[in-house]
Amino acid sequence: MSYEPKILGFLCNWCAYTGADLAGTARMKYPANIRIIRVMCSGRIDPTFVLKAFEEGADGVLMAGCHPPSECHYQNGNLKAMRRYPLLKKLLSQLGIEEDRLRLEWISAAEGDKLVRVVNEMVDKLKELGPLGLSKSNVEPLGESETLNIDNPTEEENYVK
Amino acid sequence: MSNKEKLKIAFYWAASCGGCEVAILDIDEAILKVIEIADIVFWPCAMDFKYSDVRAMEDGYIDVTFFNGAVRNSEQLEIAELLRRKSKIMVAFGSCSSSGGIPGLANFYSAKEIMDYAYLETPSTENPDKIQPQVKSTVKEGEIELPTFFGRVYSLDQVVDVDYYIPGCPPVPDQIVDAVMKLATEAPEKGHVFAGDKTLCDTCELEKHDKKIEKIYRPHEIIPEPGLCLLEQGIICLGPITRSGCGNRCINVNMPCRGCFGISPNVIDGGAKFVSALASILDVAEEEAAEEITKSILDPAGTFYRFDLPKSLLHGNIRKIEGAIK
Amino acid sequence: MKKISIDPITRLEGHGRIDIFLNDAGEVENAYMVIPELRGFEKFCVGRPVEEMPRITPRICGVCPVAHHMASAKACDAVYNVEIPPLGKKLRELCYAGYYFEDHNLHFYALGGPDFVVGPTAPAAERNILGVINKVGLNIGKEVIKHRSYGQRIVEIFGGKPIHGVGAIPGGVSKGLSKEEIDELKMMADSCLEFAKFTIKIFHDIVLGNKGYVDMILSDPWKMDTYYMGLVDENNHVNFYDGEVRVVDTKGKEFCKFKPHEYLDHIAEHVEPWSYLKFPYLKNVGWKGIVTGQDSGVYRVAPLARLNASDGMATPLAQEEYEKMYETLGGKPAHNTLAFHWARVIEALYAAEMLVELSNDPDIGGDDYRAIPTETPTEGVGIDEACRGTLIHHYKTDENGILTDVNLIVATVQNNAAICKSIADAARSVITKGKKIDEGTLNIVEMAFRAYDPCYACGTHALPGEMPLTLNIKDKDGNLVQTISRK
Repeated sequence: MSYEPKILGFLCNWCAYTGADLAGTARMKYPANIRIIRVMCSGRIDPTFVLKAFEEGADGVLMAGCHPPSECHYQNGNLKAMRRYPLLKKLLSQLGIEEDRLRLEWISAAEGDKLVRVVNEMVDKLKELGPLGLSKSNVEPLGESETLNIDNPTEEENYVK
Repeated sequence: MSNKEKLKIAFYWAASCGGCEVAILDIDEAILKVIEIADIVFWPCAMDFKYSDVRAMEDGYIDVTFFNGAVRNSEQLEIAELLRRKSKIMVAFGSCSSSGGIPGLANFYSAKEIMDYAYLETPSTENPDKIQPQVKSTVKEGEIELPTFFGRVYSLDQVVDVDYYIPGCPPVPDQIVDAVMKLATEAPEKGHVFAGDKTLCDTCELEKHDKKIEKIYRPHEIIPEPGLCLLEQGIICLGPITRSGCGNRCINVNMPCRGCFGISPNVIDGGAKFVSALASILDVAEEEAAEEITKSILDPAGTFYRFDLPKSLLHGNIRKIEGAIK
Repeated sequence: MKKISIDPITRLEGHGRIDIFLNDAGEVENAYMVIPELRGFEKFCVGRPVEEMPRITPRICGVCPVAHHMASAKACDAVYNVEIPPLGKKLRELCYAGYYFEDHNLHFYALGGPDFVVGPTAPAAERNILGVINKVGLNIGKEVIKHRSYGQRIVEIFGGKPIHGVGAIPGGVSKGLSKEEIDELKMMADSCLEFAKFTIKIFHDIVLGNKGYVDMILSDPWKMDTYYMGLVDENNHVNFYDGEVRVVDTKGKEFCKFKPHEYLDHIAEHVEPWSYLKFPYLKNVGWKGIVTGQDSGVYRVAPLARLNASDGMATPLAQEEYEKMYETLGGKPAHNTLAFHWARVIEALYAAEMLVELSNDPDIGGDDYRAIPTETPTEGVGIDEACRGTLIHHYKTDENGILTDVNLIVATVQNNAAICKSIADAARSVITKGKKIDEGTLNIVEMAFRAYDPCYACGTHALPGEMPLTLNIKDKDGNLVQTISRK
């Protein structure tokens, strides 16, 4: 079975998610590689979600929200996402996750076509980069059943009593 | 208390620096109070009991073991499991056992990279035969064994069951005495952390206002204005994600916090949270400006995960640490 | 051949195991000091900003964090080519004297001293600080605790914390002294001086007043002629914080003297497969194995070595005691390993005298203690004397000050070969044919390393990884499920 990248998308309710809906109702095809989670605002995207997504097996993560500076339903939630993004990418690259695996896009409710384009681009890029390869079980530290059990060295007297 | 049998306690160190042992001595005269209620049955730093003494004990013989240091090799794992069997209560003492500590930074590199550098590449090493330490080596008189090294650093609770945590690098005297006394008289909820419940900012005495950082300064690049929050002045300080309880000792000498007391309660990944906290107060409104200011934030992973890289969500650089990627 | 292991070695900083090999006649063929611990600082510091090193490297050792903190700060100063204001230097020296006073006393009373105060073959349960307090009495015990806490308090005033303090930064120090702190320092310094004198007296009474101990100190199995290394000031007096590195040969003649950035011309490190700890030696003499003498590059560091490598002490009371010691030992250099304990209490006295001098310095309360570095960072070496020996921090950075290379030669590692030989010699002297080996006998072998006050957490900062490895995976009932091997 050839590799199909798994993308987790966090899309804001008011713009990006609605844009994705539009793509759906307009019958625009986009790859099934992406699973979408709706958040109320791109500012709600805690960097922890992104790390958790990768830890749980995502090969790529998409963060999408309303266009800055003035389209955010909550005024400046998208600006918070915008400020986090470069720093989060830098952090991820130090942890061995290529910067191209995380993407932040501004997608309005009318831009279903942009969503389609972005998802296609991400799939292509991730196919190039290859699978990330993490899964909960192998990021997990030593579990009980996997305890490394080194043979005890031959019993030498520690000292004669 | 007078007729009660004395508690039996043990101290052990794994991949540690010894600071936690000194921290115990730093409780000064309180040590005399401690030995009134407890007998120390194992403490390699200060006493002559050996591993064979511990192996000879019955399971559960030790009431409380205070284990400091991260787990980095097979001997440390073996003793962690041995002490877990022989102890009723296992306490992760200090940052290294609680979350990996400074030795945890080794999770940015593979074991091979580290070994090659130490034994083959440093400018002062003369090793033409490319000798490296071996698990079993033969000398004239016989065989000598060394523990095997794991491909990454583990915190104590990633290898054995831990009952309580006393974080800090090292823990502070009041916190230690308080924990020992509580353990002797109460049974706190399992998993209890003997430190503050809030973040360092809560106890910090510097003045705080609305923060808007225009520029990031490294600690040696600026003389901070006294009395004013360091983060506000653009000096990266991990107070917002760090547990209180240390007495703000670094802040007291005008140096920013680096998070040695561990991440605050209910946070899964401190680094991720700090990305959020720091980004929230950067005074930038455009993408280019965000990219630009990020260039001046050096080594985010090594700074935000300074004391808990092994316990972070990804445990380190996933491409380098053994077993991370199938 | 039979093997006896002392596992783990105790009353020191760090991990170790002594393997003693006995032949069929029950005599000691050889003994090995096996160091099993490693962490990897030299590698994992690469990628960190250089100014964080004075906060990261103290975690190499929590017993001598100040030594790393200062050597690191000095290396950072060199990387940025910044000169720190004189007050900054004095404050660092003040902290340093406090650290020395505390650490040396910690060793004498809690680590090495119990062997003498309580007795080398006393029951194991008594051979520790609590046994010492029991023996000397609670009042003296409390004085020991109090003065140790003074040393820690001095470090805390400077760096915020007694262990892993943070006061030294590239360019100077982060905080000056308030009037209350200076008064407190003066009070503590005076008390520390009295206590240092008292410790010297205890040493004379308990150790030098015991013929058995004196014989042991002067005896052959406990002597080793090596080269000696230590930092000296412009008068060739012992200096802990700063100066040039001086090496004398087995006859006490100056062999070389060099500045920090020249260390690679003089020191090299050898590797053995049976220990994670490397073996530094004098490059210009060469590695001849774990042997000593004028032709072997093995050298020693730490208190006795510092006194041997110098022409004297910089303060009067310490100088007086220095002269007494050499008179008793028969001149310079002194090769008697157990005399490290004596040199240690002399250095604690010197540290106390420095505390008095610095805390009473009229300029100590000023506020010009920091310079802001302006030059582009490149490369630098910082050397100071940790309690346990010469400490070298060498950093290379990119133009942003991010570390690209780190080399550390950490105090105790330089005593590795000497310690290996010392324990082998001690084992041969106490384990003889037909003699019953008990726990007390083995403790005497351990005394051979305790004299050096080793710090194996320091020595083994570096970390290995890929080696032949066999994993036996067993299920919970102990049945072998799988074997995985790597060559």
